[in-house]
Amino acid sequence: MSKKEFFPMDGDRTKYPEIKSDGTADIDLSSHKYIKLWHGPNHPGITGNMAVELTLCGDEVVEGITHVGYLHRGFEKLMERRKYIQNFPLVCRIAVPEPDYNEYNYATCIENLTGIDVPEKGMWLRTLTLEMARLQGFLMWIGGMAGAIGFGTVGQWANYCRDLVLDRFEELTGGRIYHIYILPGGVRNDIPEGFKDRMEKNLREIEGFMKDIRRAFFDNYVFKKRSVGVGYIDPAWVFDYGIVGPNARAAGFKHDIRKNYPYAKYAELDFEITTAKDSDIYTRAFLRFEELLKDIDLIRQILDKMPEKGDHISKVSNMMNLKIPAGETYVRSECTRGEYGYYLVADGSEYPRRVNVRGPSYTHGVALLEKMLVNVNIADVAQLMVSLHTYPPEIER
Amino acid sequence: MSLEDLNKKQIVSPDGEHFEVDPMNDYFCQDRPEEVKPVNKIVERFYNWARSESLWILGFGTGCGAIEMRPLMTPRFDAYRFGVQWRPTPRQANLLIVSGYLSTKTLKRVIRVYEQMQNPKFVMGLGSCTINGGMYFDSYNTIKRLDYYLPVDVYVAGCMPRPEALLAGFEELKKLIKAGKAEGANEYANKFDWYKKNQKEVIRDWDMPDYNW
Amino acid sequence: MLENIISELEKQFQLEAVDHNSSDLVFLTIDRDHAVMAIDLLKWKFGYKHFVLLTAVDFLEEGKFQLTYILNNPDTKTDIGVRVRIDREDANMVSAHHLWPTVATYQRELKEMFGIDFPGSPRLNDPFILEGWEGTPPYRRDFDTKAFAASFYHQREGRTTNDPATYMKEKLYPNE
Repeated sequence: MSKKEFFPMDGDRTKYPEIKSDGTADIDLSSHKYIKLWHGPNHPGITGNMAVELTLCGDEVVEGITHVGYLHRGFEKLMERRKYIQNFPLVCRIAVPEPDYNEYNYATCIENLTGIDVPEKGMWLRTLTLEMARLQGFLMWIGGMAGAIGFGTVGQWANYCRDLVLDRFEELTGGRIYHIYILPGGVRNDIPEGFKDRMEKNLREIEGFMKDIRRAFFDNYVFKKRSVGVGYIDPAWVFDYGIVGPNARAAGFKHDIRKNYPYAKYAELDFEITTAKDSDIYTRAFLRFEELLKDIDLIRQILDKMPEKGDHISKVSNMMNLKIPAGETYVRSECTRGEYGYYLVADGSEYPRRVNVRGPSYTHGVALLEKMLVNVNIADVAQLMVSLHTYPPEIER
Repeated sequence: MSLEDLNKKQIVSPDGEHFEVDPMNDYFCQDRPEEVKPVNKIVERFYNWARSESLWILGFGTGCGAIEMRPLMTPRFDAYRFGVQWRPTPRQANLLIVSGYLSTKTLKRVIRVYEQMQNPKFVMGLGSCTINGGMYFDSYNTIKRLDYYLPVDVYVAGCMPRPEALLAGFEELKKLIKAGKAEGANEYANKFDWYKKNQKEVIRDWDMPDYNW
Repeated sequence: MLENIISELEKQFQLEAVDHNSSDLVFLTIDRDHAVMAIDLLKWKFGYKHFVLLTAVDFLEEGKFQLTYILNNPDTKTDIGVRVRIDREDANMVSAHHLWPTVATYQRELKEMFGIDFPGSPRLNDPFILEGWEGTPPYRRDFDTKAFAASFYHQREGRTTNDPATYMKEKLYPNE
């Protein structure tokens, strides 16, 4: 077995510079051929508070190193010293754009280990919040993607649409960003009267904007020229680098947790897995746009199929001092970025022994990004990062 | 950057020319910050009016509060109508919004960013976590009160503060500036040693010059 | 499906414990020296090619760390969690970065946050999350984060702590 096969971390440095025997690139900074440039943490073209240390030769990146940890709060440690129910305000702060996935996964972990039942309506309401979270997550992402190539107008439209979804979130849960809506046994509140009509009105407005965005952004000559063929993900990397979600689906891997491992009420909904083949920045962007449109359709389906009557939460006695028998479980769900997983170990006490969060950005943002940055033009770094949809708090938590 | 990078070194140019580089003197200014005294009361009042109507924010999303900054830029909340706009670099900004908790790793960058901003400059602390630690009161990696490390003019409470709260915070800051009470930069210059002592207590690998601008 | 795989594994390795969590998730405990071989086998022979996560659990009372590798087979839609108990005092484990390059990231995090060594793993000693950290790795259970935060950072006075159960009862349901 050659060195390259055994040690795949060295990336595809086909052109320049040469690779030393230990697998690292032969970069001699004192030769003045290379420039070291920090992309972030204070940089408008970075996804959140993280940094990429780039080594440039001309305007081409020869090495990129991801630096994370700027947002580390030690959630997994803090959760160990709080009771199970006290952790709900914490978990939603792990991923700010989509807090509901954290709540859902954590609540489901507790339900799996204790056997708490969730009533039918509670499950439907959970599915609704999860889909709405996906919708607003994608809307925010489209704004970021357009901003990364300097197209601010789309960002304005997308953020307006996102505000509409946030309004409905506020009506349903009481919070704009952090909802703390999903609890063990169901959801906190029932759906308000007339929610469906107001949601439908908002969805129509969003669809109108999406037609504009499609024409202005996805049929845009400049965007196509810059993104087609850039940032290729080889389908062979999907398992090596733990690529999940839209990034994997754009590389032709037909895998969607909502379909393959149906959770909540996804088994009763009618939708298809979106896949694409070309696996470049444009394909990933367009695939996310298609998923966004499907999410709008799914929200309509959920609101149609949701039962009018029924409990939204089951009675759980002594939730404040809930004790969970020793055991461990893993729960996954499909957020906008891919597989979001929670691994919970209980030891029989009122406090969790360990909670581990598997954010999809963990693999996308470090190992994969470092591999993809090699031989990319410096101007494309921002859109490459946004097209992977990395979100740093998931990496360091 | 590491501490060794700040030592003097010999550099050979591509043409074979040798020259010495002393990063501490060549890349950084060694002078301490100084208090800027108002020239004249009437002129200063005019200046303060002008300053308060052009708050240029540094677009540095240090924490989760940054997610509510984007709606602020869009038509619904439209902070631009208050003279607020976002700038990509600290050299062009005069308002630093610390949007939420600061891990010690970010605090180091925020200090550098603050020192690189031009006078007059203001700091706004966003969220409960900048006031007293908020829900991260027992975290080993986040600072608990921001005003020990940077001079804060306005706090906006909440976790996370709504865009309306932020707009109210801007209004409050404008009032302070117009009244001539937002003297954070001068306070930083006057109590420079105290701020540096606090910063160095928390940042354990201090590998930058004391004042870098 | 999972039973066949477990019986195949039992022929080759000494499985210390098998916990069926549900029909498609099972946790096995394998000794330290054979775990990576078992993961190798699971990946190449049984199709568990999607690496979900690697994390450590600190069992301070028993003086052990438990490493958990969760592997997923996208074709059969089943998961296997491979648990390894290693000694807490001399914590080190065979590196698995040759199976998936992304494992190196997890191992970097474990080295920093738990102090578990993975000899041979690339860039293991580069700082990953923390900067300038000294002393006990923070995710170990004998590290008291509250005491550390109280002594290390400047606190603002006035924060009080209430027991949530009694406080909520007094505030919300005073007459009950």
